[in-house]
Amino acid sequence: MALEWFAPSTLIFSATLVAAFSGIPSLLSPPRLAARSQLLSVILMLLASVTGLAGALASLVTRHSTLFQLTWSLPFGPLQLGIDPLSAWFLLPIFGVTGCAALYARAYWHADRHSASVRPLTFFFGIMTAGMAGVVLARDAFSFLFAWEIMALAAYFLVSTEHEKPEVREAGILYMITTHTGTLGLFVLFPLLYLLTGSWLFPSPLTLTASPGLPSALFLAALFAFGLKAGIMPFHIWLPSAHANAPSHVSAAMSGVILKIGIYGLIRTLSFFHGVPLWWGCSVLLLGGVSGVIGVAFAIGQHDLKRLLAYHSIENIGIIFMGVGVALIGQTVGSEPMMLLGMAGALLHVVNHALFKALLFLGAGSVIHGTGTREIDLLGGVGRKLPVTALLFGVGSVAICGLPPLNGFVSELLIYLGLFHGIQADGGGAVAVALATPVLALVGALAVACFVKVYGIVFLGSPRSDHHVAHHEAGWQMLLPMVLLGVGCLAIGIVPGGIAGALQYASRSVLPDVVGQGGLLLSGVVPLMVLTVVSLLLLALMVLLGWWYRRLISSSTGFAPTWGCGYQRPAPRMQYTASSFAEMLIGLFSFALRPKQHRPDKMKGLFPASARFFSHVPEAVLELLYIPVLQELYRRFSGIRRMQSGILQQYVLYSLITLILLLAASYF
Amino acid sequence: MMNCLIHITLALVMPPLLLGVIGKTKAAFAGRVGAPFLQSYYDIFRLLRKGTVFSSTTSWVFRAGPVVALATTAVAALLVPFGAHPSPISFNGDMILYAYLFALGRFFTMAAALDTGSSFEGMGAAREATFSCLAEPTLFFALITLSRLSSSTNLTGMLSNVSGGAWLYAGASLLLLVGGMFIVLLSENCRIPFDDPNTHLELTMIHEVMVLDHSGPAFALIQYGASMKLFVLGAFFVQLALPFATGNPLADWGVFICSMLLLAIVIGTVESVMARLRLVRVPQLLVAAIILAAFSTLLVIR
Repeated sequence: MALEWFAPSTLIFSATLVAAFSGIPSLLSPPRLAARSQLLSVILMLLASVTGLAGALASLVTRHSTLFQLTWSLPFGPLQLGIDPLSAWFLLPIFGVTGCAALYARAYWHADRHSASVRPLTFFFGIMTAGMAGVVLARDAFSFLFAWEIMALAAYFLVSTEHEKPEVREAGILYMITTHTGTLGLFVLFPLLYLLTGSWLFPSPLTLTASPGLPSALFLAALFAFGLKAGIMPFHIWLPSAHANAPSHVSAAMSGVILKIGIYGLIRTLSFFHGVPLWWGCSVLLLGGVSGVIGVAFAIGQHDLKRLLAYHSIENIGIIFMGVGVALIGQTVGSEPMMLLGMAGALLHVVNHALFKALLFLGAGSVIHGTGTREIDLLGGVGRKLPVTALLFGVGSVAICGLPPLNGFVSELLIYLGLFHGIQADGGGAVAVALATPVLALVGALAVACFVKVYGIVFLGSPRSDHHVAHHEAGWQMLLPMVLLGVGCLAIGIVPGGIAGALQYASRSVLPDVVGQGGLLLSGVVPLMVLTVVSLLLLALMVLLGWWYRRLISSSTGFAPTWGCGYQRPAPRMQYTASSFAEMLIGLFSFALRPKQHRPDKMKGLFPASARFFSHVPEAVLELLYIPVLQELYRRFSGIRRMQSGILQQYVLYSLITLILLLAASYF
Repeated sequence: MMNCLIHITLALVMPPLLLGVIGKTKAAFAGRVGAPFLQSYYDIFRLLRKGTVFSSTTSWVFRAGPVVALATTAVAALLVPFGAHPSPISFNGDMILYAYLFALGRFFTMAAALDTGSSFEGMGAAREATFSCLAEPTLFFALITLSRLSSSTNLTGMLSNVSGGAWLYAGASLLLLVGGMFIVLLSENCRIPFDDPNTHLELTMIHEVMVLDHSGPAFALIQYGASMKLFVLGAFFVQLALPFATGNPLADWGVFICSMLLLAIVIGTVESVMARLRLVRVPQLLVAAIILAAFSTLLVIR
C-alpha cells in the first residue's frame, strides 16, 4: 500500500489539485498579510510543480499508464481520466514552466507593489495550471470540455490583469471571442466523434479509419478548434496582443504551455485514426509552413519586445505543425522513419519551445522591470546593467533560432531528417516534403535575423533613450527560474540521448507500428550520441580559441570610442535601430505584412524644419481580413439583433420554445 | 587515419592560399604582378602580433564574435568531404549541422557588429542577415536534390554519389544546382558581385563593414575564419561541379587540391570581369539562385 502513494498517477492528480487550490491563501488573506500569503501560494505552486514533474517523469520512465473511470448521473456517460505517454509528455512543460513562472511572479508581481491585482492573478494562475493538466488527463468529451473552458477562462482573467488600460481590455476581449469560437469548433468535433464511435469516451489510438466523409469533417473541425488555440496562421489573431499585454510570467505560461494544449488536442485527435489520406498530412504541413514563414516575418517587423516574441510563438507552432505533417505523410506513404522522426521532432519541439520561449518572456520581463518599457527602439546597452539576464536571453535566442549546440537544433534536426526521408518516397508526398524543406530553412534563417536584431538592439550598444536606461539586475527569484530554463535548453541540446527513450515512448504511443517488433528505434535513424560528441567538440574548440585569444590580446589592449568613419561627434541616437535593421526584410515580405509608413513631406530649402518618420507593421490578417468581413456580416445581420433584448425572461422563453420545437421534431 | 590527418591539415593550412590565388588572378587580369601567393598568411601573422583597440561601447559579445565564427567554421570543415575522401565526422543529418553551424557563426558575427553601436556596422549586419535568408533555401534545395539522387542522408553519401555517371543520368538537374550554388558561394563569402572585399566605402559594404571595429588578433581570426569559410563551402561546390575520382587515395588528394585552386581562379576571373551589383539588385540575383535550385529539385522529383 505504501507504494501506491508514490504511484505516478497519485503524484499527478495531487499536483493538479494543489495547483488548483494554490491561489486560495492569497485570495482570502487580509491586506496586511498579502505578501506572506503570496509567498504561501508560490510555495504551493512550486510543490505542485515538483510533484507533477516527478509524476510525469516517473510515468514516462516506468512506462506506467492508467485509466480511471467515474460513473455519475449526467447524461454524457461515465467520466474518464487517464495518464498515458502522450499526456505524461505534455505534463512536463505544464508543470515545469508554470512552476518557474510562479516563482518569478513572487518578485515580478510582488504583493506590496500590486496589492489589488495580485490576488486574482495568483488565484487564476493556479486554476489555469490545473485546467491545463485537466485537459491532458481527460479521456472523455465532457471532462475535456470542462477542463478546456476552465483553462480558457482563467487565461482570460490573467490576460486582463491590468484591465485599467484600454489596450489590455481590448486584447482580453479579442482573446475571449476567439477562444470561444474555438470552443464552438469543439462542439462540432465531439458530436462527430460520437457519431463515429457511439460513445462520448475517447477511442483508443488507431481504432478509427480515416475515410472520407465524417472523419474528414472531424479532421477539419479539429484543425480549426485546436489550430485556433495553438495560434496557427490564419487563426493567430488573438495571440500577439494577448501575449504582449499579459504580465510577463503569464505570457511565458501562455506562450510556453497553453498553445501546446492546442497541439496536444490535435495530436490526440489524429491518434484515433489510421490510414490517413495524403491531404491531411499535406494540409497540416502547409499550415505549418505558412505559419512559420509569415509568423517570423511579422516578428521581424515588430517594435514591441513582447509582441515580437508572441509572433515567434506562431512561427514555432508552425514548426511543430510541420513535424506533425511529416508524421502524417509518413503514415500515408508507409515510411516508418518519417512517422517516428516527424512525431518525435514535433513532441520534442513542444518541450523545447516551452523552455526557451518561457525563458525569453521571463527575460523580457526582467528588461521591462529594469527599464520600464517594451519598445525595442528605446532600449540599448541593457546587457551592461543586467549581465545575467543578457546572458540568459542570449541562450534563449540561440536556442529559438534552432542553432547548435542548444535544444532547438535537436528538434529541428529530427524534423529535417523526417523531411529528408520523405524525399526518397514517390508521389505527391515527396513533392510536398521537398518544397517544405527549404521553407523550414528559410524560417530558420529569418529567425536568426530577428533574434540578432532583438539581442543586438536591446542588450548591446548603448542606451538609446535617457528615460529608459537600465538600472538594476533582477533579483534571485526572477533569475533562478530563468537559470533553470536555460540549463534545460543546454542539457537537451548537448545530451539529447538522455531524453530519447521517453521521447520515443511518447511518439510511438500515437503511431501505427509498420515494421513490427515494437517499431523502429530513434537511435536507429538519428545518431544522438554523435551529436553530443560534436557539440562538446564545438564548445571545447570555442573555449580553447577563446583562451588563446585572451592571451593574445592581454599584451597590449587599448580602449577608444567606436570608429565613426571620421565623424567626430557620434551620439547614441545615431545607432542603428531595430526598424532600420528590419527594413530590407520587411520590404521583401511587404506582400504579406502590409507595412504602414508615414513619410515626412518633402524637405525643402537649405534649412528644412524638423520632420518625423515612422513605420509600423500592423496585424494585417486581423485588420485587412477579419474586421472588414465581420463588419459586413454585422451590417447584414443587424436585423436579427432585435431578438437580443437583454431581458432574461425572454431568453428563458427562447429556450422553452426551442425545447418544444425539438420535442415536436422528434415525433415526426 | 592518414586521410583524416591530411583532411585536418588541409582545412587548417590551405584556406588563405585561395585568397592568394584569387588576388594573383585579379592582378593578372589587370596586368599587374600582384601580391605574392602567400600574402594572406603574412597578413594574418602580422595581425596576430599587433595590439588591439576595443571600442568602449563593447561587451564580451564583441570579443566572442571572431572566436565563435572561427570555431563553427572549423567544426563544419570536419563535416564536409574533401574530394573523393569521406569526411572525418559523418552521420545521418550532418548536412543540417553543416548549414546551421554557419548560421551560429553568423549570429555571433552580427551580434558583435551591433555591439559597437555604430550605424555602419548595423547596416552591414542587416544586409548580411537579409542576404543569408535568401541564400539558405538554395542550399537546402541542393541538399534535397542530392539526397534524392543518392538515397542518402549524410554529406559524404550525397557528395560521393555525384560522379561522371550521375552527371550523365541527371545532368540538367546538376547543372542548375551548380549555377545556383555558385551564386550562393559568392554571396556567402561576400565576393563580387555581392560585396567587394577591397572597397573603401563603408556605406556599400557587407562583411567588411561588419568587422570594421575589430583590430589586431581579432581581425586575424576573422580573416582566417573567412578564408576557411570560402574553403569549406568551396569544397562542397567543387565536389558538385568537378566530381573526379581516380581511385588512388594520394592522387585523389592531388585532384582535390587542384580543383580548389581552379575554383579560386574562377572566382578571381569573375571578380575581374564583373562589377559589383547595386544593393537593390542583390536580392533579385539570390532569388534567381533559389529558382534555379528549385527547378533542379523538381526535375529529380517529378
